[in-house]
Amino acid sequence: MFNFLTSIGYNSWILHVLLVFPLLGAVAVSLSPAALAKRLAFAVTLVEFILSLGLWWSVNTANGTMELMQTVPWIPQWGISYAVGIDGISLTMVLLTTMLMPLCVIGSYSYITEREPGYYALILVLTTGMIGVFIAMDMFLFYVFWEVMLIPMYFLIGIWGGKNRLYAALKFFIYTMAGSLLMLVAILVMVRVAAVMGDGKVSFSYFHLLQYAQSPIMGRIAPWLFLAFFLAFAIKVPLFPFHTWLPDAHVEAPTAGSVILASVLLKMGTYGFIRFAIPFFPGVAFSTFVTNTVVTLAVIGIVYGALVAMVQPDIKKLVAYSSVSHLGFAVLGIWAASIQGVQGALMVMIGHGFSTGALFFLIGMLYERRHTREINAYGGLARVIPIFSLILTVVALASIGLPGLNGFVGEFLVLVGSFRIHPYATGLATTGVIFAAAYMLWALQRIIFNKLDKPANELIPDLNRRELAVLIPLLIGIVWMGLYPKPVLDKLEPAARRYILMTKGLVVPGEDVIRTKGASQ
Amino acid sequence: MTPSWIWLTIVLPFAGFLVNGVLALVKPNAKRAVSLVGPGVLLAAFAVAASIFAGLWAHPPEEPIVLPLWAWIGAGALRVNFSLQVDQLSAVMLMVVTGVGSLIHIFSVGYMREDPGYARFFAYLNLFVVFMLILILGSSLPVLFVGWEGVGLCSYLLIGFWYQEKANADAGKKAFIVNRIGDFGVMIAMFLIFWTIGSLEFTDIVKLAPTAYAAGGTLITVITLFLFLGCAGKSAQIPLYVWLPDAMAGPTPVSALIHAATMVTAGVYLVARTSILFSMAPVSSMVVAGVGAATALFAASIGLRQYDIKKVLAYSTVSQLGYMFLGVGSAAYSAGVFHLVTHAFFKALLFLGAGSVIHSMHHAYHATHSHEDAQDMRNMGGLSKSMPVTYWLMLLATLAIAGVPPFSGFFSKDEILSAAFGRGAENPVFYVFWAFGVLAALMTAFYMMRLIAMTFWGENRTGAAEREHLHEAPAIMTGPLVILGILSVVGGVLNLPEFIRGVPHQGLEKWLEPVLAPAAKQMPVHMPHGSTETILIVAAILTAIAGLIAGWKATLARPIPVAKSAPEEVGFARVLFNKYYIDEIYQSLIIRPLVAISRLFLWKFVDQGVIDGLGVNGSGGLARALGWLGGRLQSGQLGLYVIVFVAGAVWLLHAVIR
Repeated sequence: MFNFLTSIGYNSWILHVLLVFPLLGAVAVSLSPAALAKRLAFAVTLVEFILSLGLWWSVNTANGTMELMQTVPWIPQWGISYAVGIDGISLTMVLLTTMLMPLCVIGSYSYITEREPGYYALILVLTTGMIGVFIAMDMFLFYVFWEVMLIPMYFLIGIWGGKNRLYAALKFFIYTMAGSLLMLVAILVMVRVAAVMGDGKVSFSYFHLLQYAQSPIMGRIAPWLFLAFFLAFAIKVPLFPFHTWLPDAHVEAPTAGSVILASVLLKMGTYGFIRFAIPFFPGVAFSTFVTNTVVTLAVIGIVYGALVAMVQPDIKKLVAYSSVSHLGFAVLGIWAASIQGVQGALMVMIGHGFSTGALFFLIGMLYERRHTREINAYGGLARVIPIFSLILTVVALASIGLPGLNGFVGEFLVLVGSFRIHPYATGLATTGVIFAAAYMLWALQRIIFNKLDKPANELIPDLNRRELAVLIPLLIGIVWMGLYPKPVLDKLEPAARRYILMTKGLVVPGEDVIRTKGASQ
Repeated sequence: MTPSWIWLTIVLPFAGFLVNGVLALVKPNAKRAVSLVGPGVLLAAFAVAASIFAGLWAHPPEEPIVLPLWAWIGAGALRVNFSLQVDQLSAVMLMVVTGVGSLIHIFSVGYMREDPGYARFFAYLNLFVVFMLILILGSSLPVLFVGWEGVGLCSYLLIGFWYQEKANADAGKKAFIVNRIGDFGVMIAMFLIFWTIGSLEFTDIVKLAPTAYAAGGTLITVITLFLFLGCAGKSAQIPLYVWLPDAMAGPTPVSALIHAATMVTAGVYLVARTSILFSMAPVSSMVVAGVGAATALFAASIGLRQYDIKKVLAYSTVSQLGYMFLGVGSAAYSAGVFHLVTHAFFKALLFLGAGSVIHSMHHAYHATHSHEDAQDMRNMGGLSKSMPVTYWLMLLATLAIAGVPPFSGFFSKDEILSAAFGRGAENPVFYVFWAFGVLAALMTAFYMMRLIAMTFWGENRTGAAEREHLHEAPAIMTGPLVILGILSVVGGVLNLPEFIRGVPHQGLEKWLEPVLAPAAKQMPVHMPHGSTETILIVAAILTAIAGLIAGWKATLARPIPVAKSAPEEVGFARVLFNKYYIDEIYQSLIIRPLVAISRLFLWKFVDQGVIDGLGVNGSGGLARALGWLGGRLQSGQLGLYVIVFVAGAVWLLHAVIR
């Protein structure tokens, strides 16, 4: 496989193609008639996924460094360049994204019936934005992708959303915008300070800024810069108490919007911590005050998210709050900065992508049949739609961390890894497994078990082939990652180790540049 | 077969699960295929297990045989392989699970035949065996934990098997959540063990624990107490026992297999498996023994006043599990395992016998379209005439559980009580635990005889029309009962006490010795000998006989009213009938407040009120207010500008000079 990929020069073009191809697709889709638009969009996302698969073999993740680095000057007078690269962490995030997109497209076939070309075109633009965020190695470029991703999402919620869509879309937009503007200011300040301190070179390059981030002058303003990055990412995660946009956004978003939001967009918060906020300012991030604050917020998020999820009458809100709980585990692991904690956090991010994505698809399928998300409108569905009920059960169990399914691996590693460093906080976080069982099984009971006492539920059809085609890949992922996560863990380990070195300020950033140059040549 | 074939015992029921599961979805009426596959895979697994056991018997391994299957979770120093461990302890459990499991699967063919969820039932039952085998064969705590939570899942699915009734679905959910409280303990224990000895493999724990921990120290005590929390959840001990009586909502074979013979004993197994840790923590061992003794007594007292035949057996199970913990808490690990095995025989028999009775009662009521309770013993009586096989077998099991010699329960219970008494020499509180055990034994004999008397003796109270339809169960159900009956009678030979001369004695104890020796080195067991031993044995036998006679006389002293015309219980009997109101107390002290706090405080107040109301929409309001203020300031009135300017300048000056 590796030789074949080398022979077609895969490494030299793949990252650009992954960014450009969906954009071209978006143009084509927006110009095509409605009936063709969705098929075309599916073809584009499927090709994108197949193209991206080669990364699994071609990217050398053994050093944990940024591979396939490509830098092209973009606006040279401002030091802005188009720089992209990929390591084990980016790799898994990119593959998670490209794998989900075809599913999102066919999962929308019957849900979206209006203005289809526009909808699918936005999905494709979103794809570019998401992949861009995970591979951008220039802070300006990163910021562009960050915003590119925000706008299509705003429209997806605002146009194809539910009854209260405008409120939710605006809330989502302002919340995220507030964070990202602060981050933009922080980036600009960093670039300026780096230029003053260095040889006057103005550069938005990630490695350039990394080099100067820990210098003494930056040190004095570092807490404020860190705070700006932190807020931008904490809102995205979302970390308690910055989470209240999420339930509204999820409830109003169309199915695919919820899936993308939960499975990919939330991970950008944790990704941002690992890639930017913490490596730039490890001293601040791991100061006693910040560590204690973040760990406390993460643990509150885990327990609070689960408890509030328990009492939600709306299924989508329940899953939204469960995300707050799950992502709390990821943040806990990131701040533990032990190898188990970090790898666990990454596994939580991936695992949550699979299981929560599948949950939102399932809820969407139910909604298409009954047009309600009220848990109490259901009951006894196991008799009417057994296949749906079976899949929902498996996914729900994966979500609450049943060992043997994917959720457990990440959760267990995070808790093992954090326990040594924050034993009491981790002990509290572990109670999350009890509350998770409570909210999920209670909901499951009210949806698929109990008496079939609502006439409207008696005749709904079970999953069709298209819907199974959406769910089965996710199910395979859930079981595979639960039983044999080793290949993924192996891809992540070197990058996770490198992150840990960065948290201790032990990596000389310049080294990255040298090594990656060697690798890309 | 060599132990390297051990994976086959897991793969066989897993294949059964897949076949039955697909049939349940695609062709639920293919009962013939399900009847072949469901029990078939179990019998095959039993054959494999027996052949492996025979090999071990011929050449007992000195060290556990560990068979790695694949690398599972790895990060840094944490390397968990999905591996299986074969040693004397897991071999004993393997035989019990596949053996008793096979019998219960066969029984289920008759019992569940008319259920529309027949295929689904066998799919779940097969899956349960898969996880139970992973639990007992896992070579490390995380792999054990896969089985541990997996059996919990199957238990959840099978308790709620008839999920259309809310009560059944509630019971399943309760079981899972209460078990998760215990699982929390197991997880914390795993974290502590990993960070102190760097491995979660049982072989490493046995090897490293004696040097890594200070015997009797805080660390080892905390670890074992967290482990025991898990055991208390899975094995239904105080304060987490509440799920098990409710679990009787599941089909009766499930109660026999999961909630009596196998899964609920997993906690006892875990203590035995990590005996090296418990033996180094005398305080924890005392807690284990104390909780066990208290549970034995407490549950037995509830059993005195239940009318649902399965509820009696459920509380009896909780109580008997308490004995096992009294045993392992007294460091008599082999005695705990011994009682685990004999209990699996006679309690499986009792549950299946009860199933046979319920089956018959159900048919009788079904035939006359009556809606009476087929499980209420007040509606039974005199069934020995129509169901002689079931009757005799249940009577044997009753003698076994009551501890009448030479039935199996006598030997295992006696060994536990003797060990507890022996421990009293160094820690007098064990004398109290022993007394609890003896008192519980008296109650056990009483409620079991009450069960026999109410069900099988005296006048029949089922109803004149229904009486004609009461009949003995078919051979496919009584067959397994007979085998369990034989095992209940002769099971004691597994571990005969030393005082019986001229026969091989202490077979099980010697067999388990390689596994339990490290623990015995830390905390040796002192069994009473000589006249003390004789007095204890005579006392135990007299207690059992007294309980049996009292149970018989008290039950049949006056006529028993049928369930629908029975008067309300009064006085302490009412407290017992209502199980000390523990469920109600938990409900009003824990569950309802937690839900109310989550809904009213966390969600409505904190989330929607404070964060969203004050924070998010509040900052929107703040922005609007600032805009309004800014607008007012730009009034065009020069005077105001001057005032503001001067005030600002003064403030600035003040700030600079200071």
